[in-house]
Amino acid sequence: MKAPARWTICGTTGGCGEDKLFFVYMKTIYILWLRQLKRYYRSRSRMIGSLGQPILFLLALGYGFGPVFQKAGQGNYLEFLAPGVIGMSIIFTSIFSGIEVIWDRQFGFLKETLVAPVSRINIMIGRTLGGATVASLQGVIVFTIATIAGFRPVNIALIPLAFLVMILIALLFTALGTTIASLLDDMQGFQLIMNFMVMPLFFLSGALFPLEGAPKVLANIARFDPLTYGIDALRAFLINTSHFGIITDFSVLLAVTLLFLLTGSYFFSKIQI
Amino acid sequence: MNIIEVKNLTKKFGDFVAVDDISFNIAEGEIFAFLGPNGAGKSTTIKMLTTLLRQTEGSIKLNRHDTLKEPEKVRRSFGIVFQDPSLDDELTAWENMEFHGVLYGIARKIRRERIDQLLRFVELRDRKDDLVKEFSGGMKRRLEIARGLLHHPKVLFLDEPTLGLDPQTRNHMWSYLQDLNKSDGTTIFFTTHYMEEADRLAQRIAVIDHGKIIASGTSADLKKKTKKATLEEAFLELTGKTIRDESAGTLDHMRNNRRMWRR
Repeated sequence: MKAPARWTICGTTGGCGEDKLFFVYMKTIYILWLRQLKRYYRSRSRMIGSLGQPILFLLALGYGFGPVFQKAGQGNYLEFLAPGVIGMSIIFTSIFSGIEVIWDRQFGFLKETLVAPVSRINIMIGRTLGGATVASLQGVIVFTIATIAGFRPVNIALIPLAFLVMILIALLFTALGTTIASLLDDMQGFQLIMNFMVMPLFFLSGALFPLEGAPKVLANIARFDPLTYGIDALRAFLINTSHFGIITDFSVLLAVTLLFLLTGSYFFSKIQI
Repeated sequence: MNIIEVKNLTKKFGDFVAVDDISFNIAEGEIFAFLGPNGAGKSTTIKMLTTLLRQTEGSIKLNRHDTLKEPEKVRRSFGIVFQDPSLDDELTAWENMEFHGVLYGIARKIRRERIDQLLRFVELRDRKDDLVKEFSGGMKRRLEIARGLLHHPKVLFLDEPTLGLDPQTRNHMWSYLQDLNKSDGTTIFFTTHYMEEADRLAQRIAVIDHGKIIASGTSADLKKKTKKATLEEAFLELTGKTIRDESAGTLDHMRNNRRMWRR
């Protein structure tokens, strides 16, 4: 086979108009997004595995603590818990998606994307959107399972808004995962992140207990956990109770998501191999 | 015109000096071999040339763009076949090619045609819809080469491209590359441990050892300088006969972790 003559490659030779270059950027984001989705779809074991934990939480805690919660005059625990467990599945999946950067580094694929003639910020955005899509889907699946288990959202019309919150939570933590993964060289730090970041973020977020009446210290710590606001917003739309109010929830979520997208883009573009 | 200009390039990792004050130029359209024993600094140099690593000192200009100041313009000017794997195992052969083609902005129609041609070229067309994780080492290597040839850059870096390939594929690949060099004026920068490959193909050779360039010139120059009959003997004369080790990576450890987490 003979090598064919050179053709003009948009973006490679730089010989194309701005609008075409923009098109190339959109395609970059799209192909990276698609890759994350394909990887998720293909590792069914991962999909099923990551559903086990939320189901266990819903059933064991939801039904187990239900009577105590009821006696304390707090109403139905499963109703209260479901938004927390949805938040849990999203934070686990999204941080994990973000952290996949480390695997790509170890298995070499990261190099392929880092030498490509496209802006690294576009690569980061594509990956993050892909990871966030996967995590949001996971949230929707857990929502469905919760409904089967007996969870009844108060107002069906507000469910799309709850999905919007899920997407925001997913974006926020995927970007956080990417930020951290960009700073780590290998998997050694992975357990550390799971135990000292993901677990505390989840347990201190008020996913499992009401912040009203919680000890002051605990409630104050929860204020610094972005997941708190995500789960609070989910509760606002799904069971019509909110600790901070929707305006505060959305402001914090948007601000923190933006912050992590910026740090993620910055550190990702500085990666060396 | 010089397509690559390297001035006083130095890379230190802590106290260890991996690349020690090297300078060289490569003319456009040249086939250049970068030789050296394991751990001599070849791959570190390539990483700096391809914007994957920032140098401690010195400057690199590729296609007139500085690698630190204008990395994106530099990235638009080269293509690379890496020494170690860089495929996505969870994607199919075809998807890996497609991914590359999109990243390099090749129009869809040309992209599809080229992918088909190249997969046939490396004899993987029948396996195009199989996941890469099911491939043997040699098949992965062939796919990487096909991918590296998908777009036609000004400079093509090949870091030990023929490692683990059978002589047929190796021959095939080099004649393709020589064609590309002639028709497009593509500059080719490669490393190899096969001295006859460098002898036969490279217009100019540089030998690096312990981070320093210890000799450079045509194959004939090096043979003359060392008064040896073959390039292999000249290379051994220049770099000595002790065996070098590269530091072992954490890859095996990683694999275990990954397995544990995934399943």
